[in-house]
Amino acid sequence: MKNSYDVIVVGGGPAGSRAARMAAEGGASVLVLEKDREIGLPVRCAEGVGEIGLRFISKPDEPKPAWIAHRISGLRTVAPNGDFVDLNHQSGFILNRKLFDYDLAREAADAGAEIVTKAFVDGLTFDDGYVSGVTANVLGKRLTIHSKIIIGADGVESRVGRWAGLRTHFNLHDLETCAQVTAAHVDLDPDRAHFYFGQQLAPGGYVWVFPKGAGMANIGLGISGEYSAEKSAMSYLQQFLDRYFPHVSVLTTVVGGVPCARALNKLVGDGVMLVGDAAHQANPISGGGIIRSIIAGQIAGRVAADALKKNDFSAGALKQYPREWYRGEGKTHNLFYRLKEAIFNLSDEELNQTAKALISIPVEKRTIAEMFKIALINRPRFILDAIKVFL
Amino acid sequence: MIVSKADLCDFCGCCVAVCPADAIELHEARWVLLPDRCTECLNCVAICPVAALEVSDEE
Repeated sequence: MKNSYDVIVVGGGPAGSRAARMAAEGGASVLVLEKDREIGLPVRCAEGVGEIGLRFISKPDEPKPAWIAHRISGLRTVAPNGDFVDLNHQSGFILNRKLFDYDLAREAADAGAEIVTKAFVDGLTFDDGYVSGVTANVLGKRLTIHSKIIIGADGVESRVGRWAGLRTHFNLHDLETCAQVTAAHVDLDPDRAHFYFGQQLAPGGYVWVFPKGAGMANIGLGISGEYSAEKSAMSYLQQFLDRYFPHVSVLTTVVGGVPCARALNKLVGDGVMLVGDAAHQANPISGGGIIRSIIAGQIAGRVAADALKKNDFSAGALKQYPREWYRGEGKTHNLFYRLKEAIFNLSDEELNQTAKALISIPVEKRTIAEMFKIALINRPRFILDAIKVFL
Repeated sequence: MIVSKADLCDFCGCCVAVCPADAIELHEARWVLLPDRCTECLNCVAICPVAALEVSDEE
């Protein structure tokens, strides 16, 4: 490890690894600092991605078979009364995140980035108002490492963002507090991702059951942080398992926070950029963040490399990243947020009525846009939002 | 003061994410509250997915 790099990426998840790779491919010297002792672990993730998204971020290559634990071809949403609505032709994958993250980090390393694990960043250094480096504990040594640009890919608890004054903390309402088990001996349709809704099951969120093959599944839920003071996410999950899957064996238990928030006002500052969960970029309604994080990392890494070539690391120069993000993924982010607010407010009775109405539509004619239109029938001002994002 | 039942903590970072006062540090295997910054808003106690945080009477 040197004492100075063009770019330091804090966090070796998907956003950080892709940003590191793009910056390195653009000619920058890049260091990735990961706090955990191994890239990819622990897996705090439901691991579901859509096929279109996974293909997009794999280009020009194909998604690697090793990344994929299981393929799904449809969705099933379950109403509070147990009625369910199937949706076909929704192709997606349940990933093996450990191997996936490993591979993204390997790609960054192949592009020339240096990756160090068990590297705990505990502060930023500043020079004339610009972020100019990090202080870190690496294998017992106190280090100051200098850089021209810091990319904060340090997750939902981002401290790079706070230290840089980018106000990354969440209000309780907009952080889903989540618990998940990976279980064996799960009896369900293995071709579908399952979603359970209900104010008793998961207030302000939902339950997911994602099959992983061989009778395994990720079973988890998120509830809005505003509801978790009385009952924790883990308690809600135990209640769900007792009711719907009492006979499964739990192989892994994990908890974590998922951003379901509006886009951050500021994604960059002088000498600093934020990507992924640190930038609240997960889809506010699904909580899906893998593909979105990688897309953001891809833009940020390229913009960082361009800024280095022009020797301008000011917020003004780095703003090319949020500009591009808002033209693409970011364009619909706040619409998804508005839809989240509407959908997660539906009463159990409204959810049951929605399922009933959807069941009467032949399965081949059902679409996600149609589901939202029917669910929001009594909230017409949100229907246009649903049409905008799903059509 | 907020205390952590350390055997429950999974170091997920939810408490850090909702702390408006930057009063929580999460080292790899250590949860640290900075009491002079803590405003006792109890966001961290509320959000914790495993209910590992609680208010203690001891200062």
